[in-house]
Amino acid sequence: MFSRTYKFVITTPPLLWVTVFLLVPYALMFCYSFWSVTPAQAIVHSWNLENYQELLQKSVYWETLLRSMWIAARVMVFSLLLGYPLAYFLSFYGGKRKDLLYQMVIIPLWVSYLVRAYAWKTILGSEGVLNTLLQYVHFTRHPLEFLLYSPFAVVLTLTHIYTPFAILPIYAALEHIPRNLVEASHDLGATPAQTFWKVIFPLSIPGVVAGATFAFVLSLGDFLAPLLLGGPSGIMISNIVVSLFGAAYNWPLGAAISLGMLLIVVSLLFLSERVEKKWSFS
Amino acid sequence: MTSSITTAGVPTVSNPSSTKATLLSIRNVAKNFGRNVVLRNVSLEIAEGEFLTILGESGSGKTTLLRIIAGFETATSGELWMGGERLDHQPPYRRRVNTVFQHYALFPHLTVEQNVAYGLRVAKRPAAEIAQRVTEALEKVKMTAYAKAKPAKISGGQQQRVALARALVNRPRLLLLDEPLSALDANLRRQMQVELKSLQREVGIAFVFVTHDQEEAMVMSDRIALLRSGELEQVASPPEIYRRPATAYVAQFIGHTNLLKAEVRGGVVHWGGVSWPSSLPDGPTLFSLRPEHIRLAGGALAPGAVRVRGRIVQRAFHGATELIRVRCADGQVLAVRTAGGSGVQDPVELEFLPADAIPVRESSERN
Repeated sequence: MFSRTYKFVITTPPLLWVTVFLLVPYALMFCYSFWSVTPAQAIVHSWNLENYQELLQKSVYWETLLRSMWIAARVMVFSLLLGYPLAYFLSFYGGKRKDLLYQMVIIPLWVSYLVRAYAWKTILGSEGVLNTLLQYVHFTRHPLEFLLYSPFAVVLTLTHIYTPFAILPIYAALEHIPRNLVEASHDLGATPAQTFWKVIFPLSIPGVVAGATFAFVLSLGDFLAPLLLGGPSGIMISNIVVSLFGAAYNWPLGAAISLGMLLIVVSLLFLSERVEKKWSFS
Repeated sequence: MTSSITTAGVPTVSNPSSTKATLLSIRNVAKNFGRNVVLRNVSLEIAEGEFLTILGESGSGKTTLLRIIAGFETATSGELWMGGERLDHQPPYRRRVNTVFQHYALFPHLTVEQNVAYGLRVAKRPAAEIAQRVTEALEKVKMTAYAKAKPAKISGGQQQRVALARALVNRPRLLLLDEPLSALDANLRRQMQVELKSLQREVGIAFVFVTHDQEEAMVMSDRIALLRSGELEQVASPPEIYRRPATAYVAQFIGHTNLLKAEVRGGVVHWGGVSWPSSLPDGPTLFSLRPEHIRLAGGALAPGAVRVRGRIVQRAFHGATELIRVRCADGQVLAVRTAGGSGVQDPVELEFLPADAIPVRESSERN
């Protein structure tokens, strides 16, 4: 249909882009993770497994990784709990305002991440909006300290930021459910609740899985929210990677951690793809 | 069937010619979507065990009427009564009415068996009963071999059967079918028409069948309700509606016909240079004359018949018969059905019995 030249011209730029900015950096990172660094902070190109040994031996790394996964899991659950009802309402009861409401889900994504993170800082701080209000209504005498610089603040902020990413695939999945299936279910005597659990929810599973994956993977790799709002107890694995590449100047160890995370994320994506395939029927 | 249908105490507008009890009574139902009027003042009685077809062109409101019976739409005004109760006050899941959807609407994540079991499961019937009834239903539609298959893996005709089994397994009082055969190819369609009809006889459940295909309606129905622009044009049995069409629209929609624009004066009908006696009142009158009631004249004039002359303008060969169009002396064109390959030559003389020309009402202009 298209000439060879045309295909060549069209496919070369994206392939180049992917090679230079994705494949090469990954290859470099892979190499770095097997190199080492001298006390004088020079990188030695000698192949060894020391970085991975350190990763497994020092509890700070895998404890932080586990905590990061726990934070990401909570963000995932809350995003789904908030996002599913909203997507459901939008899809089934949006009516004529459907497009407008859909845009309103997307608009927060245009606002800078930093602005939204700082907004939470303003709300949650000891002199913040929430604490001032709670003291004003005599709910508490002293500012609640756990609100800011805690895993709670990180989970809250990440949930706020990544919920739209959960809503969009769920909404798309719900939109794809033929409405005559809902009618058929009612016709066969199923109440609205039975119809939801036996027809609508099972058919929306691909969207739920995609949304859950988005929320989990994006949260797991996040470093700004823990940096700004996490405090010492809310540190996540990416913060360690950042400091290893920055202040500590231990690129090899940073690369090893990054590769470990990449492995986790890729296996998750693979798994969610399998689940999505199993539950799609068109 | 465990339930008995009681019509006692219901103010029924019964059909005197029907001996069977009324199952569903549709009373003065109207529906508009905004300013768009889809149904106006439709009243219809459906008898127990009857096969009633709602026939109409697309946009005539036939699917809307079906959806109102099923409960997916609410009538703007009017009432539905079934077995002494207002049906239109109940949500679809409480109505003992099941539907076979146009595109079957099988649940794609469930197997054939699970689809059929759906209604019984949500009604929380005992497992043993569900298993038995599902098996029976699948046997009835010859789909036992595909019990474990997902709907995507079976053909359109098979999906059709599963949709039927899924509806019938619940033993509804009334089964609604929304153009269920329209997606099938011509051969399978004819086969399904016969099967559907015999299945309906076997289960004895009243069917309300929606179609735009007049031939399908003629083959399958006990009665046809012809809907036009949201109003019932005529409700009658297939032979009745064919032989005695009430309006010009019915005559043209059901089968082929010639509409003769005649003038009645003093007990005599005048049309195209011929005339015959009639008891109709004076004035312009329309007559429907079927092509098969016109013969090529030959030999002696049949008693009471009239003859007109004309020239053939078109012939269409249909196998057993041939449809020829003849322009008569006054310019009107008559379609005539003759034996196939009669090899008739111009000019022709046509002959028909005035009794075969049925006076019909002019259809009012709508839309």
